[in-house]
Amino acid sequence: MRARVLIRPKAGILDPQGQTVERALPALGFHGVSDVHVGRLVELEVTDPSQLEAMCEQLLANPLIEDYDVEVPTQPRPPGAL
Amino acid sequence: MKLGVVAFPGTCDDRDALDACARVGEAVPLWHADADLHGVDAVVVPGGFSYGDHLRVGAVARFSPVMAAVAAFARDGGPVLGICNGFQILCEAGLLPGALLPNVSLRFAMRQTTLEVLSQACDWTRPLTVGERLSIPAKHTSGRYFAPVETLRELDDGGQIVLRYVEDPLPNGSVADVAGVCNAAGNVLGLMPHPEHAVDELTGSADGLRLFAAVSAALA
Repeated sequence: MRARVLIRPKAGILDPQGQTVERALPALGFHGVSDVHVGRLVELEVTDPSQLEAMCEQLLANPLIEDYDVEVPTQPRPPGAL
Repeated sequence: MKLGVVAFPGTCDDRDALDACARVGEAVPLWHADADLHGVDAVVVPGGFSYGDHLRVGAVARFSPVMAAVAAFARDGGPVLGICNGFQILCEAGLLPGALLPNVSLRFAMRQTTLEVLSQACDWTRPLTVGERLSIPAKHTSGRYFAPVETLRELDDGGQIVLRYVEDPLPNGSVADVAGVCNAAGNVLGLMPHPEHAVDELTGSADGLRLFAAVSAALA
């Protein structure tokens, strides 16, 4: 199945990329934007989504500096399945 | 006295590291696919862009066969020096505390830096004097050292913050001006500036050679 992992800088850690975006938006006329953070998205096809957490801890994220969220699609049960 | 220098695909500072090692002992090239360290007495993990530094700096290199050998060597008390990308790799591998984040400027920083020696509780700085200053070049894009406040306190108490920048502004925005840290046992040191580029007065400073000489003298 297709899973998504969202990785973002931990709260409290300076995020210069987010700050740059936040400063750039008003120059284009977009106002009222604050607390911008830039992270990354990992999309992956997995047969065993229960391994995603371990993948994040060991490779996809550095838990010291990054938070992550794992998104696995909730698949509708096929008709007739138990 | 043999000093091994690890090279990964994408490493670029192994040549100068080998030259620095050859000035204080026998320099031995090590390759990322090596499963053993060829009997070296100390290991240098040099700078560059191991495996392209894709995903995060140093994140992939730590899974290489040679890094399993380096980790075992470090656990047994063997002296290990991580420079720049080598520092990032040792942090990712859990051999050193903390992590290296992109510079606050988001730009490549390259300049001669002045470092203050804060601790002799490390194999690589034992003969140096606390408070003395070293002139060593830095060149990196992800050199902003970060560790949680409680970790920093432990590092400070244990003499594990070995080098700090005496620079304003800092090249990278490191917390507490940290330029180099060691592990609790004192045998593993990581720093962002490049001591292997400061081994001859021809290039402005030979201060970097003193780190290599320290380990060489201790093991001789």
